[in-house]
Amino acid sequence: MSLLEKLDQAAAARKAQLPGGIGAFGIPIEAIYSATEARIEGRKILLFGTNNYLGLSFSSECREAAHAAIDEEGTGTTGSRMANGNYSGHRALEAEFADFYHCRSSIVFTTGYQANLGTISALLGKGDVALIDGDSHASIYDGCILSGADIIRFRHNDKDDLEKRLRRLGERSKNTLIIAEGIYSMLGDQAPLVDIVNLKKQYGSLLLLDEAHSLGVLGETGQGLVEKTGLNHEVDFITGTFSKSLCGIGGYCVSNHEQLDQMRYVSHPYIFTASPSPATIAATRAALKILRTATELRKVLWQNAEQLYSALKDIGYQLGPQPGPIVAIILDNPEQALALWNGLMTANIYVNLILPPAAPEGKSLVRCSINAAHTPEQIHYVSQVLSELYTKLH
Amino acid sequence: MNEVTQEGILKLLCQRLTGLTKADFEITSETNLITQLAIDSIKLLNLIMEIEDNFDISVPVNALTDVITVRDLADLIYRIKSESK
Repeated sequence: MSLLEKLDQAAAARKAQLPGGIGAFGIPIEAIYSATEARIEGRKILLFGTNNYLGLSFSSECREAAHAAIDEEGTGTTGSRMANGNYSGHRALEAEFADFYHCRSSIVFTTGYQANLGTISALLGKGDVALIDGDSHASIYDGCILSGADIIRFRHNDKDDLEKRLRRLGERSKNTLIIAEGIYSMLGDQAPLVDIVNLKKQYGSLLLLDEAHSLGVLGETGQGLVEKTGLNHEVDFITGTFSKSLCGIGGYCVSNHEQLDQMRYVSHPYIFTASPSPATIAATRAALKILRTATELRKVLWQNAEQLYSALKDIGYQLGPQPGPIVAIILDNPEQALALWNGLMTANIYVNLILPPAAPEGKSLVRCSINAAHTPEQIHYVSQVLSELYTKLH
Repeated sequence: MNEVTQEGILKLLCQRLTGLTKADFEITSETNLITQLAIDSIKLLNLIMEIEDNFDISVPVNALTDVITVRDLADLIYRIKSESK
């Protein structure tokens, strides 16, 4: 098969899943009005499929900071942190992340994807082991592949399965990096962090926790699952993204290990890419400042999440195992998921459609994301539409 | 556990793959996992977990890059199992 034929084959598979070329993937957003509304296909659509958990995308503080940074420092750095792209804003944000997590130091990456890619590939090498949750994000898989380490999966959120695999590794468990996520992006469930920390100590491994979806969402100050469980200093490396609760683009890694600083010299995804733009850094710094004290926004976010989760549970939908800002409706086949997604779009509601093999266990998902800017009336409307669609589907 | 043989592993794989893919033809050692069985990556990775538990071994996901046929997979499992003794 030629190189181009492989792409044709992928296109054919996608077409088979989405007959009629329905644009569930990469749908064009024509205008964005607020954290909860946009124009799509000429219509005003309610946004229930973003990662804007605290609803900060139009925060005046963040916008003003970004405007000022453009005026003062220009639109881009035009180079990597190792060369000409190491501005005072990057260093200040790193100091602020370290302070936020009460950790020794932090590194800022250009994207969240690169934060995992860069951290994992710098930590692990050939002969080492990456022991990862089976539902890990692609950035974790790709970081492990880039590292050349042996990749072993454990069953999703299953502490007994993790222990079994650690035991099998024998002495190799001491050269093992266990990787889990604070909140998993597909089903919205949280890692059993207390058990994972106990096991990593017992077997002498290191632990990396990706707080991409839990930053701003869990814990008193929004650190994520580490704060909710009080295990901040038991996790060796915490990674995350600016692109969800912080409404920017970029990523970070924080750690108490002094070797974190050395990553700057060995991590290709850190070295060989341009640094984040001044506007991105300034907006992220402003958003982080808000996030740390956004107790009220977190309270509203959880009220909203619980309102939708319990409404859908009462209707009879099969959902992810626990309430949270990601409410995943689990469906048996792609046809059902597509029908539900289309029904919601017809009612002017945008959510995420996830088809196999992207969803776990061969299931299909319609994933709703809740944020602190959603009103109880908007959530009630979505519940009502989903109730009508449930009757049609069953 | 009884002595593990390559043929025993092959037989087990053919049985499991038949159930997993609902193939309407006989799966043999030379069946291509991708082009003939169209097994998706998640199903294959979940099958590997089952195999790991069945033989009490660790099969790195990245070792699968050279696996094309059912026999390739059986050989890989046999090699890892033999080395783990």
